[in-house]
Amino acid sequence: MFRLLSIELQKLLENRSSKILIFFSFILPFFIILLSSFKINFFGLFTIDLGSVGIFDFPYIWHITTFFTAQFKLFFAIVVVSMIGNEYSNKTIKQNLIDGLSKKEFILSKFIAIVFFALVSTLLIGLITLCIGLYYSGDTEAYYMHSEIIFLLAYFVKLVGFFSLCLFLAVLVKRSAFALGFMFILFILEWIVYAILAKNYDDDIATNIQNYFPLKSMWKLIDEPFRRIVLMKSPEKTELLYDYAVHWNEIGIVVVWTALFIYGSYKLLQKRDL
Amino acid sequence: METILSISNLTKKYGNLTAVNNLSFTIQKGNVYGILGPNGSGKSTTLGVTLNVVNATSGNFSWFGGDTTTHQALKRVGAIIERPNFYPYMSAYKNLKLVCKIKEISEDKINEKLELVGLLDRKDSKFKTFSLGMKQRLAIASALLNDPEILILDEPTNGLDPQGIHQIRAIIQDIASQGTTILLASHLLDEVEKVCSHVVVLRKGEKLYEGPVDQMISSNGFFELKSENTDDLINYLEAHPNVKSTKILEGLVTAFIDQPMSAAAFNKELLEKGILLSHLVLRKESLEEQFLQLTDDLNDAN
Repeated sequence: MFRLLSIELQKLLENRSSKILIFFSFILPFFIILLSSFKINFFGLFTIDLGSVGIFDFPYIWHITTFFTAQFKLFFAIVVVSMIGNEYSNKTIKQNLIDGLSKKEFILSKFIAIVFFALVSTLLIGLITLCIGLYYSGDTEAYYMHSEIIFLLAYFVKLVGFFSLCLFLAVLVKRSAFALGFMFILFILEWIVYAILAKNYDDDIATNIQNYFPLKSMWKLIDEPFRRIVLMKSPEKTELLYDYAVHWNEIGIVVVWTALFIYGSYKLLQKRDL
Repeated sequence: METILSISNLTKKYGNLTAVNNLSFTIQKGNVYGILGPNGSGKSTTLGVTLNVVNATSGNFSWFGGDTTTHQALKRVGAIIERPNFYPYMSAYKNLKLVCKIKEISEDKINEKLELVGLLDRKDSKFKTFSLGMKQRLAIASALLNDPEILILDEPTNGLDPQGIHQIRAIIQDIASQGTTILLASHLLDEVEKVCSHVVVLRKGEKLYEGPVDQMISSNGFFELKSENTDDLINYLEAHPNVKSTKILEGLVTAFIDQPMSAAAFNKELLEKGILLSHLVLRKESLEEQFLQLTDDLNDAN
C-alpha cells in the first residue's frame, strides 16, 4: 500500500500545477479559517470580529468550518481528473501496466492517494477547528466540544466520495476537461429528475429520492449552516428550524456510491484495450 | 531449453476485424527473435496482449511456464512499445525512479543504465526537453533497469534519424551479445536480419513461419546472369531441368534453381553451349526477398 501511495505521490508532487492546486484545496482554507478567527480592524473605522457572533463556539464551529472548507474541494477535483487525463494523454498508463503495475493496483494507487489527501485535510481542519474553538469557547461551550465532532467524519466521507466520482468520470471519458463537464451535466441531470418527480408526485417524495443521487447525497452530508447561524442569534424564529445533523444513513449512501465508483473505474479499465 | 513465453491459439478481434488469428508460438531463453510482418499484421496487438494492455478475445499465453500472474511476470521483463511514454514534467532520473518503484527493484542501477545509453549527463533534464532519439534511449534504459530475462522491442527505430537508428541498433546488438533473450518486432527486415537468430513471420494476424532465420524457406538461391545473347540464354534456361523459373529485368536475367549448383559448373555448362556471359553471380535470397516470397506465395494461393 505504501508502494502505491509513494508512486502516486511522486506523480503528483513532481507536477507543478498539481502542487499549486493541492495548496489551494487543502492549505488555503486552513489559513482562511485562521485569518477569519482574528479580530480585524479596518483603519479604525469598524472592526470585524466573527468570533463575537458565536460561530466559533463549540459545537457550532464543527459544522461551520467543515461546510466552508468543503467548498474548496473543487480545486483538488481538478487534480483528480487530470491525474487520470494525463496518464491517458501521456500514455503513461500503458507504460505503467507494461512495467508491471496491474490494472487493479493502478486504480488502487489513485484511490489511496485520494484517501490520503482527504485524511490530511480532515486532520488539518480538525486541528485548527479544535484550537479556534477552545480559544473562543467559554467553559460551558467547551462541554460540547465533542458533541458534533461527527461533522469531521462527514467531511472526510464527503471528500472521498466526491473525488471518487471525479475519478470514475475521468476514467470513463479519459479527458480531464470533459470529466468536469460531465460532472456539471450530472448535477443538472439530478435536478431535472427531481423536477420531473416533483411535478408528477409531490415535493417530499422527489426530495427523498434525490437524496440518494450521488451529488445530492454528498451535499446532504453537511447541510448549509446559514439558517442555523440566524437561529443561534434569534431563537424565536421557529419557522427556520431544520434538521442539520449528520445521519448515519447519509454517510452510508455516500460510502456505497464511493464503492460503486471505484469498482466501476476498475471494471472500465479492465475491459478496455489501451 | 527454458521457455520464457508461450502463446497458444491467441485471437484478438476488433469488431469485425481480426487482428490476430489463432496464433501460437513460443519464445525460448537465449535466442534473439524477430517478429516480422507488414504494418497491420498483428505484431503490436500480439505484444500488447502479452504485456497486459490488450485483452485477448480467445486463447491464452503464459510467462515463465505460467507460475506467476502476468503483472508479476512483467516485473522480470523489459519492454518498449511504439513510442517512449514517460512523465514529461519529471527528469530522466525521476522517471526511472518511478519505474523502479513499480517494478519493486532497487534504485542503484539507474545511473549505470543511463550511462549505458549515453544519457548520464542529462539525467536531471526534464523528459519533455529530450529529442526523440534521446527519449527512445531513455526507454531502453528503463527497460533494462531490472536486468530483464527478456527484452521486448516494438519498432524501436521508428521515426528516428539515421544517427539515432544507428545508436539504437548498436545498443541492441550489445545487449544481444550479452546473452539476453530479445524479441524484436519490426517491419524493417535488414534490422531483423542483423540481430535475430529466429523469426516469426506474421501476415494478417496469421503465422506464416516460425523458426531459425536461415531455414526460413528451403531455397538454393539464384543466379544473376548477363549475356550479349539474351534470347539464347533464356531459351536454354527455360529448358534446363534445375531451373525453377526465370525473370528478366533490364537485361539482367535471374534464374531460380531448385537444386544446389556451383557457379563454376554452371558457367562451364553454358560455355559448352556457346553462351558467353558478361556477368554471373550466385546469390542467396536476403531476408527481405525471402519474406516477400513467403508473403507473395500466400497472395497467389488466395
